[in-house]
Amino acid sequence: MSTIDQSKIRNFCIVAHIDHGKSTLADRIIEMTGLLTEREMQAQVLDNMDLERERGITIKAQTVRTVYKAKDGEEYIFNLIDTPGHVDFNYEVSRSLAACDGAILVVDAAQGIEAQTLANVYLALDHNLDVFPVINKIDLPSADPERVKEEIEDVIGIEAHDAPLISAKNGIGIEDVLEAVVQKIPAPTGDPNAPLAALIFDSVYDSYKGVIVFCRIKEGCVKRGTQILMMATGAKADVVEVGYFGAGQFIPCEELSAGMVGYITASIKNVRDTMVGDTVTDAQNPCSEPLPGYKKVNSMVYCGMYPADGAKYPELRDALEKLQLNDAALHYEPETSIALGFGFRCGFLGLLHLEIIQERLEREYNLDLVTTAPGVVYKVYKTNGEMIELTNPSNLPDFSEIDHMEEPIVSAEIMVTTEFIGSIMELCQERRGVYLGMEYMEETRALIKYDLPLNEIIYDFFDALKSRSRGYASFDYELKGYQTAELVKLDILVNREEVDALSFIVHKDSAYERGRKMCEKLKEEIPRHLFEIPIQAAVGGKIVARETIKAMRKDVLAKCYGGDITRKKKLLEKQKEGKKRMRQIGNVEIPQKAFMSVLKLDDKK
Amino acid sequence: MEQKDLSLYLHIPFCAKKCAYCDFLSASADKITYDLYIQSLLGEIDAYRGSALSQRKVKTIFIGGGTPSILPAEAIAKLLQKIKSVFHISDKDWGTIEISMEMNPGTVTYEKCLQYRDGGINRISIGLQSACDEELKLLGRIHDYQTFLDTFQSVRKAGFENVNVDLMAALPGQTIHSYTESLQKVIALSPEHISAYSLIIEEGTPFFERYREGGEAFGELPDEETERRMYRITQEMLAGAGYGRYEISNYARKGRECLHNEVYWRRGDYLGLGLGASSLIDHIRYKNEENLAQYLSYWKERQQEKLQDTSRRKNSERSCHSHIVPIYDEYYQTELCKLTAEDEMAEFMFLGLRMMEGVSPQEFFACFGKDLMDVYGNQIEKHLSLGLLAWKDDETEVCHTDAYHTDAQSANTRQVDIQHTDSRQINARQSYRKENGYQQEGRLCLTPDGIDVSNAIFVDFL
Repeated sequence: MSTIDQSKIRNFCIVAHIDHGKSTLADRIIEMTGLLTEREMQAQVLDNMDLERERGITIKAQTVRTVYKAKDGEEYIFNLIDTPGHVDFNYEVSRSLAACDGAILVVDAAQGIEAQTLANVYLALDHNLDVFPVINKIDLPSADPERVKEEIEDVIGIEAHDAPLISAKNGIGIEDVLEAVVQKIPAPTGDPNAPLAALIFDSVYDSYKGVIVFCRIKEGCVKRGTQILMMATGAKADVVEVGYFGAGQFIPCEELSAGMVGYITASIKNVRDTMVGDTVTDAQNPCSEPLPGYKKVNSMVYCGMYPADGAKYPELRDALEKLQLNDAALHYEPETSIALGFGFRCGFLGLLHLEIIQERLEREYNLDLVTTAPGVVYKVYKTNGEMIELTNPSNLPDFSEIDHMEEPIVSAEIMVTTEFIGSIMELCQERRGVYLGMEYMEETRALIKYDLPLNEIIYDFFDALKSRSRGYASFDYELKGYQTAELVKLDILVNREEVDALSFIVHKDSAYERGRKMCEKLKEEIPRHLFEIPIQAAVGGKIVARETIKAMRKDVLAKCYGGDITRKKKLLEKQKEGKKRMRQIGNVEIPQKAFMSVLKLDDKK
Repeated sequence: MEQKDLSLYLHIPFCAKKCAYCDFLSASADKITYDLYIQSLLGEIDAYRGSALSQRKVKTIFIGGGTPSILPAEAIAKLLQKIKSVFHISDKDWGTIEISMEMNPGTVTYEKCLQYRDGGINRISIGLQSACDEELKLLGRIHDYQTFLDTFQSVRKAGFENVNVDLMAALPGQTIHSYTESLQKVIALSPEHISAYSLIIEEGTPFFERYREGGEAFGELPDEETERRMYRITQEMLAGAGYGRYEISNYARKGRECLHNEVYWRRGDYLGLGLGASSLIDHIRYKNEENLAQYLSYWKERQQEKLQDTSRRKNSERSCHSHIVPIYDEYYQTELCKLTAEDEMAEFMFLGLRMMEGVSPQEFFACFGKDLMDVYGNQIEKHLSLGLLAWKDDETEVCHTDAYHTDAQSANTRQVDIQHTDSRQINARQSYRKENGYQQEGRLCLTPDGIDVSNAIFVDFL
């Protein structure tokens, strides 16, 4: 391939609130630029994880290169980077944006601006991207594009009067979007003759090629045989292949030069050597200083993850290592539980992030997991002046050694239609929220601001929010800081034995309520045994709640004659198989999902 | 080596109408199908002529179903005659082996009963299920209580002195009161044997569909506690009337236990004949073809081959199998499963413990060359400590009485005290060794509480 004219390249992404049609638009763009024939086109090409298609969300940023023949008769290369919409994946978004020069903002013609529309636009503007809006779903009966245009200009302050009006689903107005990309998104800059500087924005592990580094070339160029240096880790390797992204495949090319987005393979064996955010340079001719990387993200939510089969511990470790490779927001370190054996304490950006990682481990790595109740990072100030950051409730020092504790507080913004303001405020109050204020976005919608303890929202807050607003509320939060709180550790005793993996930290005032619900939930989850099992919740050795699982009274195979024996034996074997999948705590077999049950203490109001 | 005895099971897969709870292999059919089936079954029995199995001593015969009594009495007689000749049963022995047949009320007359007796049947099992017409209707049975009485009288009048009546507990709409009444009515008739099952809602039956979605409209199912009480009442009432419980669901007057069923629980060899019939021969379990059309066409073909004598080679191949094991070739879809030592030990336990006499370490050792406590010590001690299993010597009939847990509520208060379990287990082991030694006769059996939860106990022996 001959050298590509930098002015004919457009690196851009699409940002939107969840469900506003970002991935569908990406599909249409790919279709229109002829990368895939219609037959090859599977809905939402870029969401290639099974999980993404099923949930209809984008988890991983995906990149694809297409060629567009514009109305001016020139061919343009589009590098389209699809980004996740959920707040938990802000970090992913941020990485993708660093590879772009501009962004398409998709806004739903009916719903208008939502919390994450704002969050993502601000993120894009932070990265100095040129943003132009597109109004989607204009074919909906409730669409009001004029109102939405006005809203965009008023709230975000970007020009919207000439925003393309489209329906990505029905392929209306896509051409306008493509032209707008050519005209409104700037071509990349950078000197192809300067020393190489490329920003790693993602990487994947391939069992044949080793680590595949996704990068945006800012300066210089890279080709097969270049000896590259990872500036942060100091690792060196010879480039084996460079190329760009087809739909769902890697297409090798001669070289990648300034302004291009592509991949590099360089027989890099150790996944730790390629840190996302690091700068790749030429080892022989290095650039003077690394590109600004991304700010390091801190995990907000922690939980223990254990292999259901203890022998699979090394497999879990390898899987986490590989996932972390392209998910720098995932943290993990080994820990041991009396109840669950060897596992990892893992840190996540939020609960959805946790769930996604859990599902990916189970599906892509075929691991059966036991996950403990998620918790946040507490600061424990001891009487001796020492401060520890507590991520595992089991490590809480003795009561007498604690001076005070602090918990993380988030600033939350909840966008809601006015009719639900009352019930949403009530919910926030219940969750120890501190009301900060309210802004009317327009007549029928308001933005409510609260300070909320993070540990109150990691359980079921999002579900509660949705159910109390009939699905209309949207919610965004960011960490504000730490605040002193009266926190206690709630222990769960099953058959009088403390189960460390079930302990959690909770505010003193809700300890009784949580304990009671936890006992009730466990009573449902733990099958009856041949003996009675007390389930107790205790705070500092004092029992605050109790439930009893009655002994099993009746379980008889009524008939068992010649023809039944094989069949009945299979039934017994099935029953035994079920028992095997449980955790033995003392004499009690606890189903693995019971360890997650604290998550489902939802108040059905 | 002495040949093991053999029991024979003949399956008759036909019913006048399939009951709503039934998951057995049966269906209604016409007379032509009956005839074809009898021909096939005669052919299948004949296929064992001259085989090693046919040299064994036949201990019991059981004709089950379905409803065997739906066939003409001549057909039953013909089948029995065929067995008698193929398995070399002398006239002298013929009278001494237990030959049972299942019968449903409303399918026989006094004359038919006489013919059965002449044909060789000496034990009848009648499916009453309930003496309450309302309950019978909900079950989808074709008979009412009066029909049963008529059938029972005919059976007695024809001279049968070994009769079983099947009863069911935990039926839709059933109450403790109505169940007790059914029991009383049956006791008043004084059959030699009573089987009392509880209704199990099996997948694939109309009942399963019905009760998956609530199904209150079809009569509410008794709750677990009621069902458990029904079991206890059965035991108490029947004990009072002179029936000993010898298996989880079976009661009999002394000496009238069903020998054929005991073969199943003691893991004796049995050969199943007919559609979908199961066999256990020399540590291998077999199952016959379950598709009626396939079954019939296979035996029809073999009949023709035999007549024409065209495929000698095929026949000789077949016979080398059929001389040792049940018919097994590529055309006749017989499943087979060779049991491992573990399989057999598990079966020994969960079948043996079904019987109130329980299992003996001596027999276990004789079968497997292993010490029962070495193989299952942990499980046994766990259930001993929970009061679900008990050791008994032959003199004291611990398991037949409620001596262990007289309090019907005992399971409610049953619990394991963690601090004391270990010492209790050690005590149990020590006392067992001290009292029983390994030479002394002693048997492990279910306690009444253990019977109630026997499934959960059996799982541990797998």
